[in-house]
Amino acid sequence: MVTYITRRLLLVPVLLVGVTILIFGMLQFLSPIERSALYIRDVPKNDRAVEGVIKQYGLDKPLYVQYWKWLVGVTNEKTGERRGGILFGDFGYSRVASQPVADLIKNRFPNTLDLTLWAVAPVILVGIWLGVQAAVHQNGIIDQAARIFSIVGTSFPTFVFGLLMLMIFYANLHWFPPGRLSDWANRVVLADTFHHYTQLLTFDSLLNGRFDIFLDALRHMFLPILTLSYISWATFLRVTRSSMLETLRMEYVTTARAKGLPEKDVIYKHAQPNAMIPAVTLAGFSVVGLLGGVVITETVFTYPGIGQAAAQAAAQLDVVTVLGFALFNGFILIVSNLVVDVLYAFVDPRVRLS
Amino acid sequence: MAELTPTGDNTLLRETTALREIGWFERFLGPENYRILTGLLKTPASILGFILIGLFIIISLGAPLIIPPTTPNDPYKIPRDGFSPNPKPMGSEWKRNVPPLPFWYKPIMKSDKWVHILGTSTGQYDIFYGIIWGTRTAFRTGFIVVITTFLIGTIIGAVSAYYGGAVDNVIMRIVDVFLTLPFILAALILAAVITPRFGKSLIPAIIALVTFGWMGYSRIIRGDILSIKERDYVMAARVIGVKDNRILFRHIIPNAIFPTLVLASLAIGDVVLSFAALSFLGIGTEIGYADWGQVLSFARNWITSLNQYWYIIVWPGITLVLFVMGWNLVGDALRDVLDPRMRGKS
Repeated sequence: MVTYITRRLLLVPVLLVGVTILIFGMLQFLSPIERSALYIRDVPKNDRAVEGVIKQYGLDKPLYVQYWKWLVGVTNEKTGERRGGILFGDFGYSRVASQPVADLIKNRFPNTLDLTLWAVAPVILVGIWLGVQAAVHQNGIIDQAARIFSIVGTSFPTFVFGLLMLMIFYANLHWFPPGRLSDWANRVVLADTFHHYTQLLTFDSLLNGRFDIFLDALRHMFLPILTLSYISWATFLRVTRSSMLETLRMEYVTTARAKGLPEKDVIYKHAQPNAMIPAVTLAGFSVVGLLGGVVITETVFTYPGIGQAAAQAAAQLDVVTVLGFALFNGFILIVSNLVVDVLYAFVDPRVRLS
Repeated sequence: MAELTPTGDNTLLRETTALREIGWFERFLGPENYRILTGLLKTPASILGFILIGLFIIISLGAPLIIPPTTPNDPYKIPRDGFSPNPKPMGSEWKRNVPPLPFWYKPIMKSDKWVHILGTSTGQYDIFYGIIWGTRTAFRTGFIVVITTFLIGTIIGAVSAYYGGAVDNVIMRIVDVFLTLPFILAALILAAVITPRFGKSLIPAIIALVTFGWMGYSRIIRGDILSIKERDYVMAARVIGVKDNRILFRHIIPNAIFPTLVLASLAIGDVVLSFAALSFLGIGTEIGYADWGQVLSFARNWITSLNQYWYIIVWPGITLVLFVMGWNLVGDALRDVLDPRMRGKS
């Protein structure tokens, strides 16, 4: 167990350095003027200003010097003021959004987290339930339907599914609008009387006792949640089904049946807990995947999270911003993958023993 | 000892030991690979998949016959019938930039005037044209990306597995780093970074999909090679002093490559899907290029009136779904065949 966790922990610095190098490498495709957005707000106006900026921030120095400066920032010797430095959380300045990238992330990330948290339960619970049903009724009607559903599900691109949902539930039925909040709710939220305790809108609205705003937020999140769930259900279904089938063939299940236990207990009390192990890992990774994979869903539903901001910046070729998002995402994913792996070792004894 | 000569009825013997005919094709592929290939052609689902793929191949090859280009020098430019932002419904008359009439048009449509069969999108781009010629774009990008990722992935995975030790460790950590960022986000970023260099075209998206797409093949071929490496004939080759790269490329890779190859050939569906996602997000070809993702992205401006303009997402959407489904159906059958628990059951 200790060796497993140590080995897993040793991988973290490797991944961190690797990801920073990868992103720094992509930065090198930019001209020094574009890269200056890492340190200053405005585009330098004339040639002399350009040269001054390049010199001041060492944008013409050898790569390893630049990499170091990119990591720790450039300190002004007279004022002692530091600019840039991703290790200090300064990802540069977004010239398209006219604010520091770090602020942009800080504003947008709670929305993404909110969406992800609400999507986790339907994704995991429904996906696993479908898989168990398909396995229990192997080759029956439910199984065949689940199989067709999973093939159709994996074939549906997120954005096609999302657009179709918008067509049906928004344009035709006016049930679930895109965006984050209705105008009236937005005015309430932006007012001084509304306290932002957690920054997560659904929780804040409950804490403020505004149930109407909570419902409005959920109404806007319904279609993104459905889209995120739909594409994950297919994967969950497949994994749970095959692991459940395998477990149902084991001898201890036969023993349970031979004892005369009701079929319901055999399936849900004896077989399911053991069949859940692969699904649990997948659940861990899919939470992580949801966080990173919301780019398209958020764009389709114009939901103001980090995914939408990243896609917008990319479409306008605001590269410093996009790379800031990538770094942030990379850090989050590395840490949460680590957590999932370690938790997994606790859940499944086979991992820590091998 | 008396010589044993078979006498009498041999039916039992013939039935118990496999005395079936082994054709040249099976001999050529080897028993395991032959099993994979025939397994793919067994279920109705995979046959439906092959039919769908076949249909799309026919459409892409016959594109100039189905709807001849208005500008033969640049057939991938979707002809525009005016500049109005409002989409026009299906069956409305085609006034400007009308393509030449194909052979099938008169007998089927009973008219010699082109209409917008599937309507037009924002900016009067004809949707039917976009779908038909977009099939070619899909196959082109699909093939280029799959072949390149396959080559890069196999070579890196093979080197990693063959040399083992520190080399293997370093390469596999690099693979881990590339896998850290979510695929579509990573591809989006790289494409955005290099777009100013190459201009708006297919190239940035292709490069991005290749850069972040090879790792899967490396991992699979690495596993297969690790087992083949221990076989006796590799040892024999080493004993007689064959050089490293000859052993690798002549003895190991040809024997380990088949599963990866089949997997790669079925990845086209996924690649086309990712490519469409990138162009949907606004990275990729210039506006008006015949490309499914691009045609779909036109719908983003009309979200509030999709009840009226439903055809601007439904037709290109169905096309993309059917294309991807074709490859997925075959891929699903492949997963069953490759599953080690299924081995020896066919």
